[in-house]
Amino acid sequence: MTNRSPFLISALAFGFAFLYVPILLLIVFSFNESKLVTVWGGFSFKWYGELFQDEQLLGAAKISLLIAAMSATLATLLGTMAGLIMARFGRFKGRTLFSGMITAPMVMPEVITGLAILLMFVVLEELTGWPDGRGITTITIAHTTFAMAYVTIVIQSRLSQMDDSVEEAAMDLGARPLKVFFLITLPIIAPALVSGWLLAFTLSLDDLVTTSFAAGPSSSTLPMVVFSSVRLGVTPKINALATIVVGLATLAIVMAGYIMHRQEQQRKRAMQRALAEQDAL
Amino acid sequence: MLGGGGGAPKERRHPNSAGAATRRLGVGGRGLVIAIPYFWLLLFFLAPFLIVMKISFAEFQVGVPPYTPLVEWVDDQYLQVRMSFASYFYLFGDELYVAAYFNSLKIAFVSTLFALLLGYPMAYGIARADKSIRNLLLLAVVLPFWTSFLIRVYAWIGILKNNGLLNNFLMWIGVINEPLEILNTEIAVYIGIVYAYLPFMILPLYSTLEKMDMSLLEAAMDLGCRPWKAFLKVTLPLSVPGIVAGCMLVFIPAVGEFVIPDLLGGADTLMIGKVLWAEFFNNRDWPAASAVAVAMLVFLVVPIMLFQGYQARQEAKAKEQG
Repeated sequence: MTNRSPFLISALAFGFAFLYVPILLLIVFSFNESKLVTVWGGFSFKWYGELFQDEQLLGAAKISLLIAAMSATLATLLGTMAGLIMARFGRFKGRTLFSGMITAPMVMPEVITGLAILLMFVVLEELTGWPDGRGITTITIAHTTFAMAYVTIVIQSRLSQMDDSVEEAAMDLGARPLKVFFLITLPIIAPALVSGWLLAFTLSLDDLVTTSFAAGPSSSTLPMVVFSSVRLGVTPKINALATIVVGLATLAIVMAGYIMHRQEQQRKRAMQRALAEQDAL
Repeated sequence: MLGGGGGAPKERRHPNSAGAATRRLGVGGRGLVIAIPYFWLLLFFLAPFLIVMKISFAEFQVGVPPYTPLVEWVDDQYLQVRMSFASYFYLFGDELYVAAYFNSLKIAFVSTLFALLLGYPMAYGIARADKSIRNLLLLAVVLPFWTSFLIRVYAWIGILKNNGLLNNFLMWIGVINEPLEILNTEIAVYIGIVYAYLPFMILPLYSTLEKMDMSLLEAAMDLGCRPWKAFLKVTLPLSVPGIVAGCMLVFIPAVGEFVIPDLLGGADTLMIGKVLWAEFFNNRDWPAASAVAVAMLVFLVVPIMLFQGYQARQEAKAKEQG
């Protein structure tokens, strides 16, 4: 490469230092004996011990995981349908409104969507008696609504890259649309489904603003508990929690990268084999 | 992940074949697939905005719900419609809201600029790096995104505090004698926004820079252009779509940001997202919060959406001509 200018190298070095030094400091100080987050007082695991005895944090983590799993699953179901509609359904009445509703959540400030969906729940409850108060159900619905937009984009872009001649061939051979979808389309877009689900899961697990609007008194999620404790000041317990979150996320990404890499290798080998067989004939 | 942009250009599909596969799904099945997500979005995304609109015209009252009804039966005979513009008069009359609105724009603009200044050379460096490490560098850019946003903002509190790591470090090497006051100022908000949204700037920039034809740059150099000038005349204009996309991805969430100004900006940093939050959670004034939301929609979101629509049309036009 000819373009290895010292300027670019130092920009990259500075940029990555900017991205990673705060996270590294967070991790280092989670092992700090001292209660002061900025003064090193010796190595210790004590904040991890305290973290796992904090009933409030553990309970909130459980609620968060439950909501994230439910809303990611719902968002993937709805997002797959929406992606299919956007990529394969051509024109239909109300398409413009539909695509507007898909893209709008992504440019909408979260304080607005949060307030809006809360007021919707209040009005619905007044009119129909459902939802009875606010809690896990309302948070799940709110998360599903914004995560669904992201899943739709992932699925839609996968579908529009995909060659639909296979689907058409199956149709021409007499397969019913539903069968075509489950036997052909779904297996091909499966990786997109997985990444969509993971994206929705992460977004839900991480959300504070929308959640705060949609939550009731007994349904504090992990970000809500972290936020209220952070507002009171820095505590090493949060550093310990952060270290665990960063560790898990890194592990998941490295694993996903490894699996994708291996699948790619397998695909390449299979293609080479097919080509070799063709040559042999 | 952003794809490497590999693969042969796909054959242009016959316009009629798009959707042919599902067109035969039959009216019932097709209708049902459309109806479910459609209904969900109508109920939980569109209708809520109409309710916000409605409540912004109500008046604050103590009770459940904490606002007056807009339409009411009086003595079971008359239908009374009461629309109040009180929240709006309050909004435009009070300097606080107007200041918060302009301050949000300013903070988002400055942060976007800094993110561009930092993100562009990074994206350029990654796009010009060896193929073998390019994906690794990209992964390093996105990795922080998968960890918690709240925790990444929190990390800066410990760094920027008066007796925090940065001040301790600077005093230790002897650059300053007194701690700098950074936390609870707008500078901390800029740092937080650039930090949180830098990946969103880098990814679109990278994908345009990576696709760029390097021979154009070589041609410019062969014709005697100096590297810096070649960059300004060739690379920069060609990367404009990436710059626009990246800036939008940073600017849009930055304008309505709540968490970063709340945790890093202190009490004095005014931003519209914080004002709405305070109106709702601290003052419990639902009509005022709704009016702030409507004003934000009209003055922020609608212009952004119009700009994006314009942008998409321009791009489509450019593609047609190309």
